[in-house]
Amino acid sequence: MSSSVLENQPVAEEPQRPRKHYLNAAHTVGSWLFTTDHKRIAIMYLISIVIFFAVGGIAAAFIRAELTSPRGIMLSNDNYNKMFTLHGVVMIFFFLIPSIPAVFGNFFIPMAIGARDLAFPRLNLLSWYLYMIGGLFAVLAMILGGVDTGWTFYTPYSSMYSQSQVVLTIMGAFIAGFSSIATGINFIVTIHKMRAPGMTWFRLPLFVWSHYATSLVIILGTPVVAITLLLVVVERVLHIGIFDPKLGGDPVLFQHLFWFYSHPAVYIMILPGLGVISELISTFSRKRVFGYHFVAFSSMAIAGLGFLVWGHHMFIAGQSMYQGMVFSILSFLVAVPSAIKVFNFTATIYKGHVSLDSPMIYAMSFLGLFTIGGLTGLYLSSMATDVHLTDTYFVTAHFHYIMVGGAISAFMGALHYWWPKMTGRMYPELWGKLAALLMFLGFNLTFFPQFILGFLGNPRRYHYYYLQPELQIYHILSTAGATVLALAYLLPVFYLVWSLFFGPKASSNPWGASGLEWRTASPPITQNFEETPIVTWEAYDYSSVPDLKEEAEKQAQPPTPVGG
Amino acid sequence: MTHDEHSSHHILPIRVYVTVFVLLMVLLVLTYVAALQNFGILNNVVALTIAVVKALLVILYFMHVRFSTRLTWIYAAAGFVWFLLLFIAFGDYWTRNLNVPAPKQWEPPITLTQPKISDSDHGH
Amino acid sequence: MAIEATQGAVHEHTAAVAAQDEHGPVHHQFEDIEQQNESYIVGMWAFLVTEIMFFGALFLAYAVYRWKYPLVFIEAHKMLDIPLGLTNTFILLTSSFFVVLAVHYHKLNRRKLAATWLFLTVLCAFGFLVIKGFEYGHKFKVGHVPGPNFTFELPASASPEAKEQVTVERAQLFFGLYFAMTGLHGIHVLVGILILTPLAFMILKGHHHVVDDYIPTEMAALYWHFVDVVWIFLFPLFYLIPLH
Ligand code: HEM
Ligand SMILES: [Cu+2]
Repeated sequence: MSSSVLENQPVAEEPQRPRKHYLNAAHTVGSWLFTTDHKRIAIMYLISIVIFFAVGGIAAAFIRAELTSPRGIMLSNDNYNKMFTLHGVVMIFFFLIPSIPAVFGNFFIPMAIGARDLAFPRLNLLSWYLYMIGGLFAVLAMILGGVDTGWTFYTPYSSMYSQSQVVLTIMGAFIAGFSSIATGINFIVTIHKMRAPGMTWFRLPLFVWSHYATSLVIILGTPVVAITLLLVVVERVLHIGIFDPKLGGDPVLFQHLFWFYSHPAVYIMILPGLGVISELISTFSRKRVFGYHFVAFSSMAIAGLGFLVWGHHMFIAGQSMYQGMVFSILSFLVAVPSAIKVFNFTATIYKGHVSLDSPMIYAMSFLGLFTIGGLTGLYLSSMATDVHLTDTYFVTAHFHYIMVGGAISAFMGALHYWWPKMTGRMYPELWGKLAALLMFLGFNLTFFPQFILGFLGNPRRYHYYYLQPELQIYHILSTAGATVLALAYLLPVFYLVWSLFFGPKASSNPWGASGLEWRTASPPITQNFEETPIVTWEAYDYSSVPDLKEEAEKQAQPPTPVGG
Repeated sequence: MTHDEHSSHHILPIRVYVTVFVLLMVLLVLTYVAALQNFGILNNVVALTIAVVKALLVILYFMHVRFSTRLTWIYAAAGFVWFLLLFIAFGDYWTRNLNVPAPKQWEPPITLTQPKISDSDHGH
Repeated sequence: MAIEATQGAVHEHTAAVAAQDEHGPVHHQFEDIEQQNESYIVGMWAFLVTEIMFFGALFLAYAVYRWKYPLVFIEAHKMLDIPLGLTNTFILLTSSFFVVLAVHYHKLNRRKLAATWLFLTVLCAFGFLVIKGFEYGHKFKVGHVPGPNFTFELPASASPEAKEQVTVERAQLFFGLYFAMTGLHGIHVLVGILILTPLAFMILKGHHHVVDDYIPTEMAALYWHFVDVVWIFLFPLFYLIPLH
């Protein structure tokens, strides 16, 4: 490398030449595929994740179209099963789980703590490749005929009877699991060891705290599901009978092991979102997050308690009633830290200087939708009501309120919030607002009717409901909502791509945010900061932000001439 | 705790390793001998206790956890603690077939009859 | 040559320097070797946590079925070879001792000795796998490998309770768990060999940035000890199930 020669010369800033940053540091395909720069890896993740989101979305479109008529309109039973399985597998394993951590966590954790990169950049690159290989397996399974087990792979159907591509799909999920483990380990070490001088734990943005909690869940939970899925494959191939009751196995054990991971996994999906919302709410209310410490610790509490409630998915699965009671009580407990967050966010907005930019609209949507999702979780956690509601559209609505209304709103909010930093361009704000509002409306139209459907007893995962044709109206409403929702997700693709070429240049801190990532250029240089920052201010201290500081000082006292 | 930060460079005398190794060997023999005795249900407890002691020796001395930073301590412990959480599932197996008869007064006061299903009384 | 140029030079940790040498002992993202070493150790432990949970699910499955079918486990485990299991435990414990000596001498920068102990560790690992291979081979011969050819017969002397509880399927379940757990462990031993052997050669060869410091050796050793710890539990759980 010739950089050692260049090093001694002052970096010549020719005014004509564009500033060097991570995006134009190199242009070859190889410079992307073999990069170890966390920002470039994040961009690669962003692109691949959006593609998977589209695949999952297309499957969802088929499902919704099919359900407009009580007897279905185009899919065979088999294909319908494969369609919702594809939707679930892709959305959960290849979109939601990696979405915020691998894109925004990857990009902004090092920047938010003042580091040059993650602790293990090559491991980071490896995680992207693992993700892609896992995705390839899943896509291959889809091409070779698809899977019909549902994303939960319940045994013994998956291990003994299903005639579809179970093995390939499981291999895909298995490999993607290692990708998220790699990310988790990387984040943990980075947050522990790479913080800039002065960046103490309680000066960390809550975004970083929530990713720390997420990473713990990832490394403690993912291996369990990995080995469990592997056992399903082994059972399928060798007919050992670990989960097949006919051979002496216990299918409920599979559910124990599966949900030991998969309930915490729902927190892998939502905790990073909660972290994003902390940033958005604070920035656009121009206020420190109310009860910072409580919000930080509630992330950790969610991570811990989240491991103690898995049995609420098994109330009617043959699990002991007494165990069910314990899990029911614990499930009520886990709602407490989630509620703490919602209360604190609301208190942050209260009397803040709220500006309703598009990221903030997403954040507000999040608050409302996440609350509904969480509260309906309580209906499901109480055994008596769950007997009626389980395996109905009520459950579908519950988790979509959290995963779509919550996690995806947070994802979109994060995308809009950090877009100027990642690309150096501003998007058209009016379009941003329009998409955010459409999303909120479309979402509610899609999923609110599903609560009613579930309450009326419509089971999930069936495409016929001709015994109850009066349910059709709710399904039609839901499909109409899904159309609006699809539009709301498609819009940003257009105006964000447009902004890459024609958008106005973004300043280093267009929102007047306080995080470290906003104190370096947009887009940042490859090393993130010209020199390692030294942190002397608390998190969300808006008077410390350079641009805002001048303003604050002007009001307080005559400005003193300070360089830099 | 700055002295802790540097303790990963701490060099133990070989004597420590040899002692631990000898202890491990003794415990290995003990495992086998204990398995030949009849302690009833305690056999399992004894075997697992010895295994835990062996594992602790390896972890604390060979893996240097005893001389490591607090962070390493926490992570080393976290794995094993979380491993134990898996065994909450036993709560299910132990009580699955437990039959506690309901107290008399809990029986429903009226006898339920099969509701009549006709096309008109759904929904709305 | 890049190393020559940077050695002895006093760095300021500016971005420019940091970007410069991928191949120095300190990677560009770290401020100093201290930070880097600690990061690696913490990272390794975080990885081991995942390993514990990875095996953990299998231990739970083991516990559930042993609790459900105690007599099956007692009868089926009689088919395992205790002397071989005992030998393997001895071998693995010894190898753990060897690898810790390798780390010790690497810390003291006695590279030849460090490499020697690593080679001895690898030798133990091979010994373990060979013995395991014999055991597996024998199971194949007598049809104790789960699959279409699985057979299992109770000795005539078995108790009536045992005769009632033990079925071929349940015996297969035991051997399924046996092969899953020792097999996964065996794969870890194999991976250990694949890590330790090149490491030993690199240490022998001398100046390679990977082995300039003892940390990679320590990390490999941590992994190896973990493999040992798993076996410490597998051995009594499979081979020494109490008969009473
Ligand atoms: C406030 C805390 C929560 C509680 C008390 C709760 C409770 C429940 C319960 C009891 C069920 C089982 C319903 C049934 O199958 O009968 C359930 C299902 C589900 N929940 Fe939640 N939940 C909570 C938060 C979340 C979050 C944060 C997410 C996702 C980010 C989530 C995602 C899901 C999913 C995906 C399912 C359905 C799984 C399936 O069967 O396919 N939940 N929830
Ligand atoms: Cu759950």
